[in-house]
Amino acid sequence: MIEKTVAEIAVALNAGDISSVELTQTYLDRITQFNGELNAYITVCADSALRQAKTADEKRAKGSNSPLLGVPLAHKDIFCTNGVTTTCGSRMLHNFVAPYDATVVEKFNDAGAVMLGKTNMDEFAMGSSNETSFFGPVKNPWDTKRVPGGSSGGSAVAVAADLCAMATGTDTGGSIRQPAAFCGITGFKPSYGRVSRWGMIAFASSLDQAGPLCKTAEDAALMTNVMAGLDKKDSTSIDKPVEDYTASLSNSLNGLKIGVPKQHFAEGLTAGVEQTIREALKEYENLGATITEIDLPNNHLSVSAYYVIAPAEASANLSRYDGVRYGYRCEDPADLEDMYKRTRSEGFGEEVKRRIMVGTYALSAGFYDAYYRKAQKIRRLIKNDFIDAFDEVDVIIGPTSPHTAFEIGTKTDPVTMYLEDIYTIAVNLAGLPGISIPAGMADGLPVGMHIVGSDFAEAKVLNVAHQFQQQTDWHQHKPTAFGKEN
Amino acid sequence: MEWETVIGLEVHVQLSTESKLFSSAPTQFGAEPNTQANIYDLALPGVLPVLNRDALKHAVKFGLAINASISNTSIFDRKNYFYPDLPKGYQISQLDFPTVGKGSLTITLEDGEEKIIGVTRAHMEEDAGKSLHEDFHGMSGIDLNRAGTPLLEIVSEPDLRSAREAVTYLKKLHSIIRYLDISDAIMAQGSMRCDANVSIRPMGETELGTRTEIKNINSFRFVEKAINYEVQRQQDIIQDGGRIVQETRLYDAHRDETRTMRSKEVANDYRYFPEPDLLPIVIDQAFVNSIRATLPELPDAKKTRFAKEFGLNDYDASVLTNNRDMADYFECVAKSSGDAKLAANWVAGELQALLKKNNWEIKESPIQADRLATLIARIKDNTISGKIAKTVFEAMIKDSSNVDDIIEAKGLKQITDIGEIAKLVNEIIANNPEQVEQFREGKEQVLSYLVGQAMKLSRGKANPAQVNQILREKLK
Repeated sequence: MIEKTVAEIAVALNAGDISSVELTQTYLDRITQFNGELNAYITVCADSALRQAKTADEKRAKGSNSPLLGVPLAHKDIFCTNGVTTTCGSRMLHNFVAPYDATVVEKFNDAGAVMLGKTNMDEFAMGSSNETSFFGPVKNPWDTKRVPGGSSGGSAVAVAADLCAMATGTDTGGSIRQPAAFCGITGFKPSYGRVSRWGMIAFASSLDQAGPLCKTAEDAALMTNVMAGLDKKDSTSIDKPVEDYTASLSNSLNGLKIGVPKQHFAEGLTAGVEQTIREALKEYENLGATITEIDLPNNHLSVSAYYVIAPAEASANLSRYDGVRYGYRCEDPADLEDMYKRTRSEGFGEEVKRRIMVGTYALSAGFYDAYYRKAQKIRRLIKNDFIDAFDEVDVIIGPTSPHTAFEIGTKTDPVTMYLEDIYTIAVNLAGLPGISIPAGMADGLPVGMHIVGSDFAEAKVLNVAHQFQQQTDWHQHKPTAFGKEN
Repeated sequence: MEWETVIGLEVHVQLSTESKLFSSAPTQFGAEPNTQANIYDLALPGVLPVLNRDALKHAVKFGLAINASISNTSIFDRKNYFYPDLPKGYQISQLDFPTVGKGSLTITLEDGEEKIIGVTRAHMEEDAGKSLHEDFHGMSGIDLNRAGTPLLEIVSEPDLRSAREAVTYLKKLHSIIRYLDISDAIMAQGSMRCDANVSIRPMGETELGTRTEIKNINSFRFVEKAINYEVQRQQDIIQDGGRIVQETRLYDAHRDETRTMRSKEVANDYRYFPEPDLLPIVIDQAFVNSIRATLPELPDAKKTRFAKEFGLNDYDASVLTNNRDMADYFECVAKSSGDAKLAANWVAGELQALLKKNNWEIKESPIQADRLATLIARIKDNTISGKIAKTVFEAMIKDSSNVDDIIEAKGLKQITDIGEIAKLVNEIIANNPEQVEQFREGKEQVLSYLVGQAMKLSRGKANPAQVNQILREKLK
């Protein structure tokens, strides 16, 4: 049962093959068994999960059969959860308990999903390997010497190792898609503004977007149905009707125009990944799609622009962690300045501090025009590249990451780490929907394929992903050590 | 050397809204510490701002009142600095694209001349909380009730040339804001605060001198005193061969002096950048028109109308229109009583004195407009004399019954019965043979003595004109 997709679990629950309580208990047992090794969860909520499961079973007995009712999920520990610790992977918030639910959390609660716990992540979502977490690195279930990707690494691993049926994540520069690729699962970042950011701890406000990590595009559609929508509490959420994203999954791809950016098949891409993606593209041709090479001429600027804009916003977003009202505070501060300095020096990890410094510098008097303003101009150029591209093609497809999961501790240079997101970052800068789905294996590790759509073309992206998964079984491949039911 | 003073004011006005600029917490003044701060005001992780539409309406309303340009697109920015009463570590303000652009207002100088003062801009921003440094045993207390309260910062051009002008401008601003009812604008409570940028230059010079900024002056009187002190200080320094340092200074009302708060060299770099949690505010003409439709008649227009409609002189028109409630009160009295001149005299005279003595707002006046109008009507229809009316007015303060009842009950009704007055006159003639004789011999001025005697005899109730007339007839 634990290998089943959300869609299949819903069928099983409806048929009475299993109860939510039994299913929840199974996942909880697996968490107990494997989390020590994988470190995917920071907090596990066994008691409340079983209570929620019981309620879900009762509702189902009374005739309710909404798709996520009683389905166990994990939330990335960046979403505030009323009464449950929300750490954001940081010492700064190691003891922080929010008195409110994020809108995403509230929506899953309302849908009757069962929250198993909160998953590990790079500190404040700043990282591509899950190594910056205050709570230690998360291990990739395909090879525990390797990273799961980041920053939503805990959620990706929880899904890949069947420690939950589905999980939430956030994506600022690739933080859902890259770990999904490394762990062999499906990870979807909707358009900016499609999902409310209320209660989602901010890293870079103009880039952050919540989305699902799960086993299939169909599950992603089911989850997006729940997550998406206007929220009056988030002024940047969009007032646009939410479609039923499952409705168009089965649409034919005959005549679909796929653009393949030449910049995504250039230097730096490993042979194994390239070959896997080229094979996958052949599947699309078999489905009647046509493939054209496209040009995203400013793509090479995306990482640089991102690493000005995101740290600039982060430098302000993280100012509130000052030891005054909640979270970590240094011992025995001598005075206010001492409290600020030591609280923030001790409470934040190296990568977070690096980005605060970079962002502060980029916004400083005399540097603003050269960095922040210029980066915003580049952002516009990148957006224009996509607008031009989508005049010609329906979706853009390429690799999610230049390579497969790397070994823990091997990428010590920050800039090398920043280049991890070279294919995904531009999508955040442009605010577009993008999904990563398993496309094959290279050297025994999963390879992710990246499908990008135009503004608010969530349904199209999910449709294209789903059709691939109807033709292939890469999404069903499992890491052997953790894949079997105990 | 003769010096010219150059002053620009930055005025912060707390906009009257039910809730804060970006959160739903209430904004009432004087509540228990931290009872009016919600999770947004506390800057918990994950919270986001949502703009209060009423605050925007107030800002636009102000802009229209000073004939300013209203930006179709205005943008909020983050102003970054660390302070414990600034929970987010940044203040949301407007830097390059404020909602209200260039406008102006007219002030009347002491010599009666009018002067136009430019308003550079007015932008919305959130207020900070308060740090309390007493009663916490060496620690500081933080009260976030005020944090997030909407402010409108109104920046003037450096068009003001004396402390007096500055105060006149500030009072005019206050008057307009109260007319618009967009803020309590009570300086003592901090709902209106003033920073003054002051510099001096030799008369005739066109370049501006180095300025200092005096922060947070909290009364009209202190604005004048602080600027005068600062102007003198700057003159003394320059005349002693020194140079003015650009800095922020604080006014100490107890010592009546300004002193250094921080100099420019250590000034913060606020690292402004556009607030990514809020979309640009886009205002269309329909919205502006809908606000324009709610604009009340403003002080200048009202003053002109009062002068024309009620034949008031400049001074009366000015005094009676400074305050909207006062103007409404006057207009009601003038119209109901049918005598605008008397109404002006009574409202600007007796009533003003009464309010001032008791420190009452016009709304708290125990004598309502309709009652004062009746009183004036009774003067006009000769029921009482103007002098008796003052006695009635005094009685009306404590007695809320109707004016006619008070006149009746106190027996203050004027004697207009010819027979009764003739009786009085006869008595006076009988009692003052000497004066009567003098009058008959041509000493005209004796008549007023005799009238006075008759009035005294009637305890002021006789109609003086009638007494006068009957006396003359009898003495023919």
